[in-house]
Amino acid sequence: MIGPVEATLIIPAIAIPILALVSSYRLGASLNILASAMTLSAAVALLFTAHPRSDLIIIDDFNIFLVVLTTFVGFTTSIFSATYLAHEIEIGRLTPLFLRFYHAMYQTLMGAMNVALVANNIGLMWVGVEVATLSTVMMVGIYRTPEAIEAAWKYFILGSVGIGLAFFGTILVYLVAQEVVGDGLPAMSWDLLVKSAPMLDPQLLSLSFVFLLVGYGTKVGLAPFHAWLPDAHAEGPTPISAVLSGLLLNVALYALLRFKIVLAGNAAAINVGAIMVGLGLVSLMFAAFMLYRRRDIKRLFAYSSIEHMGIAAFAFGMGGPLANFAGLLHMTMHSLIKSGIFFAVGHIAQVKGTQRIAAISGLSVTHPVLAVLFSLGVIAIAGLPPFGMFTSEFMLVSSTFARQPALSVVLVAGLLIAFGALILRLQDIVFGEPIGKAHPAQASYIPAYVHLTLALIAGVWLPGPVVQWFRGVAALLG
Amino acid sequence: MSQLWFDVAHLLAGGMLVLSFALLYQDRIAAVINVFALQAIALSLSVAWQALVQDAPHLIVTAAIALIVKGFVIPTALHHIIRQMQIHREIEEVIGSGLTMLTGLGLVALSILLVQPVGEVSIYVREDLAFALAVILLGLLMMITRRNAVTQVVGFMSLENGLVLAATGAKGMPLVVEISVAFSILIAFIVFGIFVFRIRERFDTVDVSALDRFRGERSDA
Repeated sequence: MIGPVEATLIIPAIAIPILALVSSYRLGASLNILASAMTLSAAVALLFTAHPRSDLIIIDDFNIFLVVLTTFVGFTTSIFSATYLAHEIEIGRLTPLFLRFYHAMYQTLMGAMNVALVANNIGLMWVGVEVATLSTVMMVGIYRTPEAIEAAWKYFILGSVGIGLAFFGTILVYLVAQEVVGDGLPAMSWDLLVKSAPMLDPQLLSLSFVFLLVGYGTKVGLAPFHAWLPDAHAEGPTPISAVLSGLLLNVALYALLRFKIVLAGNAAAINVGAIMVGLGLVSLMFAAFMLYRRRDIKRLFAYSSIEHMGIAAFAFGMGGPLANFAGLLHMTMHSLIKSGIFFAVGHIAQVKGTQRIAAISGLSVTHPVLAVLFSLGVIAIAGLPPFGMFTSEFMLVSSTFARQPALSVVLVAGLLIAFGALILRLQDIVFGEPIGKAHPAQASYIPAYVHLTLALIAGVWLPGPVVQWFRGVAALLG
Repeated sequence: MSQLWFDVAHLLAGGMLVLSFALLYQDRIAAVINVFALQAIALSLSVAWQALVQDAPHLIVTAAIALIVKGFVIPTALHHIIRQMQIHREIEEVIGSGLTMLTGLGLVALSILLVQPVGEVSIYVREDLAFALAVILLGLLMMITRRNAVTQVVGFMSLENGLVLAATGAKGMPLVVEISVAFSILIAFIVFGIFVFRIRERFDTVDVSALDRFRGERSDA
C-alpha cells in the first residue's frame, strides 16, 4: 500500500527516467512542474494521515514541516525554472539535450532531499544527503564554462570530503548505539537513538558529533567550511541556486539538529549548543563583512545565505522554546525569501545579460516590475518589517538579550553590518543611471510574489495552527 | 579464534595503511593508480575476513564490489583515460613529500588518540577504527597535496576505502549502508569522468592548478 510518505519518494523516482527520455524541452519542463506538483500534494496529504513508524521511515512534526516546505519550494522553482530555461535555450546557452539531463537531475535532487528528510535511519539519511549533493554538483557544472567547472569541481571535492566525514560520524553513532540497542537497523533509528540517549557512551558520542558537525556543517555552509558555497551558487543555473540556498542547506541543518537532539539527551556528552552558537556567530560576522566586497549579484546572495544559516545555527545553539521557535521561523523565512530573490535575480541577470552588479544599475527605470520585486525581496532578507524575517530576528535578539547580553551585542552587530551591505547594493542595482542592456523581461513573476506574500503573511500574522506546530517542534528540539 | 581474528584483521588493515602512505609519495600517475588498486584488493580481503568472523555473509557482497569495481574496473578505466590524455608517463611533483609523510605520521597518531574512548566498548573495534580513521585522514591529506584531477580523485576513493573499512568493522551494520557506499564510489567515478572530459575539453590539461586562473570574483561576464 502506497501512502503519502512513499508517494513523496516514488513520484520523483518515476519522473527521473521519464524526464531523461522526453526530447522536447517544453514538454520536459511541463512534466517537471507536474511531478513537482504531485510531490507537493503528497506532502500536503501527509498532514492529514497517520504515520506509523518503521525502522526506515519516520514522520513527526519536525520533518513534516520541512517536507512540505521543501516540496513547495521545489514546485514553485520548477515553474520559475521553465521560463528561465526557455530563455537559456533561446540564447543558446543550453541545448535541449542538457535540459533532459537537467530535469532528471532536478527530480533526483527533490527525491533525495525527501529521502533525507523522512528517513528514520541515520544511514539512509546520509544516502539522501549524498545523492542530493551529487545531483547538484552535476547541475552546477552544466554550463561548462571554466568558472562553472571550477565551481562544480570545488563543490564536488569539498562536498565529498564533508559527506565522507559525516559518514564516519554515522558509523561511530552506530557503534555507540549498538552497545545499548543491539545490532542491526534499530541501532540507526532516530526514535530509538533518542530514547536510549542517556545510556549511550558519552565520550564516543561526543567524538562522533565532531565528525558529523564538520561533515554536515560543510553542507550547511557554516564558516569556515563554506568555501564551495559562493562558487556553486554563482556559476550554476539560477533555479539551482534557489533550491541549493532555500532547500539543501536546510536539509543539512536538519540532519545536524537531529543529532543535536540525541546528544542533548545525554547529560555527559559535549555541549553541542555552545559549538553551534560559536560557528553560527563566526558565519554571521564573516558573511556580513564579505557582503561588502561582492561584485557578482548571485555571489552576494550566496554570502547572504551563509549569514542566515549562521543565524539559524546560532538560534538552535541557544536552544530553549523561544530561540528554537525563532530558528525554525528563520529557516522557513530564509527558504521562501531567498529562493524568491533568486527568481528575481535570475530574470535580472537574463535581461541585463550579466551578473556583475556594476553593470546592472538603474533597474527601476528599465524594468520597474522586476525592480519592485527585487527590492521587496532584499528588504525582506535584510530583516526589515513587515516581513517574517523581522519577526524571527527580533525574537532571537530579544531572547538572547535576556539570557546572554554579551552574545546579543555580537548578533546585533552582525545583523546591522549585513543590513548595511544589502541596502547599499540595493541602491546600486535599483536606482542610479540605467546601464547596460534592456531586454524586455520574459519572466514568470508569480512564484517570487507567492514566496514574498507568504513571508509577509508570516510577518504580519502567523496563523494559530502554525504557531502551535512550531512550538511543538521547538519543544522537541529542547 | 579471537587472537587469530585480531591478527589477520590487523594485518589487512595495516596493509591498507601502508598503501595509503605509498599513495602519498608516489609521483607517477600510473603508479598511483596501481597502488590504489592494491589498496582496494587489501580492502576486499579485509571485508571478506570480517564476513567470515562476524558470520555475516552479506559482507561478501561488499568485498566482491570492492574487489571488482575498485580493484579492477576503475583502475583499468583510469589507465585508459590517462593514456588517452597522454599523461600516463607524466610525473607529478608532490609538494614536499618529506613533509607530507611527516604530516601523515602525525595524522596516524591523531587517529589513535581520537579513538581512545572506544576502548570501553571493545578493544578490537578500537584498533580497527584507528586504522580506518588513519586511512581516511591520509586520503584527505592526499587530496590536499595533489594538484592533478586524477590523483585527487584517487585520494578521494582511498578515503572511501577507509570508510568501508570502518563500516564493515562495525558489527552488524545494516547492508543498506555498505551498498550505498559502494554505489557512491561508482557515482563518484561517473562524476569524475564527466569532469575530466570537460576539463580536458576546455583546458587541454587535467592539472587542477589550471583552474586557479579562474578563482574567485570574475572581472567580467
